[in-house]
Amino acid sequence: MRFVLDGDQRLFADSLHKLLERSDTPGAVRAWAAGDHAPGRRLWKALAEAGVFALAVPEEHDGAGVLPVELVTALHELGRHAVPGPVVETVAATTLLAAVGGDTAAEWLPRVAAGEALVSVAHPYALDADVADLVLVVQDGHVHVAEPGGTPRTSLDPARRLFEATPVRVLGPVPENGLDLGVLACAAQQIGVGRRLLEVSVEYAKARQQFGRPIGEFQAVKHHLADALVELEYARPLVHAAALSYGSHDFARDVSAAKVAASEASYRTAKTALQVHGAIAYTDEYDPSLWIRKARALHTAWGSPSVHRARLLAAL
Amino acid sequence: MDLEFPPAQQAFRAEVSEWLRANVPAEPLPSLETREGFAAHRAWERRLGEARLSAITWPEQYGGRDASPLDWLVFEEEYYAAGAPGRVSQNGVNLLAPTLLKHGTPEQLARVLPSMASGEVIWAQAWSEPGAGSDLAALRATATRVDGGWRLNGQKTWSSRAAFADRGFGLFRSDPESRRHKGLTYLMFPLDAEGVTVRPIGRLDGKPAFAELFLDDVFVPDADVIGEPGGGWRVAMSTAGNERGLTLRSPGRYTAAADRLLELWRRRADPSDTALRDRVADAWIKARAYRLKGFETISRTDDIGAEASLNKVFWSEFDIELHETALDLLDTDGELDSEWLEGYVFALAGPIYAGTNEIQRDVIAERVLGLPRGSR
Repeated sequence: MRFVLDGDQRLFADSLHKLLERSDTPGAVRAWAAGDHAPGRRLWKALAEAGVFALAVPEEHDGAGVLPVELVTALHELGRHAVPGPVVETVAATTLLAAVGGDTAAEWLPRVAAGEALVSVAHPYALDADVADLVLVVQDGHVHVAEPGGTPRTSLDPARRLFEATPVRVLGPVPENGLDLGVLACAAQQIGVGRRLLEVSVEYAKARQQFGRPIGEFQAVKHHLADALVELEYARPLVHAAALSYGSHDFARDVSAAKVAASEASYRTAKTALQVHGAIAYTDEYDPSLWIRKARALHTAWGSPSVHRARLLAAL
Repeated sequence: MDLEFPPAQQAFRAEVSEWLRANVPAEPLPSLETREGFAAHRAWERRLGEARLSAITWPEQYGGRDASPLDWLVFEEEYYAAGAPGRVSQNGVNLLAPTLLKHGTPEQLARVLPSMASGEVIWAQAWSEPGAGSDLAALRATATRVDGGWRLNGQKTWSSRAAFADRGFGLFRSDPESRRHKGLTYLMFPLDAEGVTVRPIGRLDGKPAFAELFLDDVFVPDADVIGEPGGGWRVAMSTAGNERGLTLRSPGRYTAAADRLLELWRRRADPSDTALRDRVADAWIKARAYRLKGFETISRTDDIGAEASLNKVFWSEFDIELHETALDLLDTDGELDSEWLEGYVFALAGPIYAGTNEIQRDVIAERVLGLPRGSR
């Protein structure tokens, strides 16, 4: 029993944090939203070199084996820095591609591990289907390949470029709970989003002066921020526990529990961040908005809290 | 990172589970907030003590088992899963004992702990005063130096179960010139001593769960001072940390309650009522989150310090949510006497005692998040 990240895992998280900190991720997010994918692609390349995408790819396809704890550790940092692109979708696709097997897996999984392939999975909308190298659709119990592109749909989060995908070719049956690694990745990303919003809100509350003192001195502000920390701190262990149950029959149940808690904690923190910052965070030009709208979008992406609550109870 | 129980804990779990199966009373004991119930719960403490299960984390010489925090979490899971009685000795075991183990003399440990483990002596806390609640440092009850000891004077209140308990512990102002946190002394005193008047106070549902204490020249020998005279605040805060951490409300209590809530939902709820369904799911998720947080806490090698306040806010508010959900599932029977209702009334006090949740949120904001101190 040792339910904390080990030294190597903490170092890995820290190295990703430092890498992303110096990469101007807000700039990459804004460019991505405007249709310029070059800075985002460079980020993906750097993350692949750091080993992030290999964490979801089996060893026989040039991956590191599926390492769920390391994967959620990485996704937490990616959420914290709002890395653009179909990160969660690419993780979800690894399970589907590995299950399909054969030439398809051999063709795509090594490219995913190397950070060369962005893969989208329509759930139901395909994120970044215009730029993805492969788009998968899960429909009627089967994995299909979709045509690139599709009809665009506008998300609250401009960096989430969604498309309606049309399946063109069946690859094979969907494995049981075949999207759950993606759901778990989403939950980890959400905790990272919440963590960043809390960090910037605390810094803002220390610096912003009203009535001649930092607003962080006021109890009403303190208590909002304390509540956000409580929610995030009790959601994170659920994400770690779900990662540990990968491959067991409890995985689906644990993933749903993690997704509910991560969604609620992240979204609540986003609302807190907006309230603590006041009008400035309601603007597009101020960076916290990048995380605030992402938190709302991810709240229902990969299954709303209500869907996962129902799934959890069905599994109990 | 793993969540595996080593063989030693698996064996201990089996032992505890077997003992509980053989010993837990078939019928729930009467409420421990009544005289009859208090006596029944005291007898239950004796049985636990005889099996060396009343305070497993203590050293063996005082009636414990030198058990690890993981053993304790395992014990608590089995204890509450078995539906075993509430712990009438919990103020002593969870608040006073950790303080004594940290600051007490060998003589105090040998005198106080074994009789606490056996349920022979039940302890009540005496922290609050009419003018000192959240602002505990405003306390005014005094300890005056006399030959061989101290004379206590003043009034304490909200003293849990003091109506039936044997002895009390709390802070007293021993330096009349001192202010705030200075000049306080941590003392133990008998509740049946000359000069002590105990007036039971009915709680929200009328049961006499706590009491106020009037102290009129109550003599306490030097042997009952814990730590240095005048250094009581520091001594007490080591207890407060314990109170806000895991021990006051073990994760096992919530996982067992969430499982029972799930049964109740299956039995009582209209499956199309998704609002109630979601609340039941949330209770299960939060119970699991608290359990996992417990494993995380004991896995850490650093001191959790002020983060203990996160636990206190979480368990106290979750306890109410869980019991509210049960009462709502019971529908029009929700107001009728039941274990759920008892649990609900008990839970309502959680955000108030052991440092109100407003104080805890201040602690989280200032000492965990690093926000500036301000006026309260």
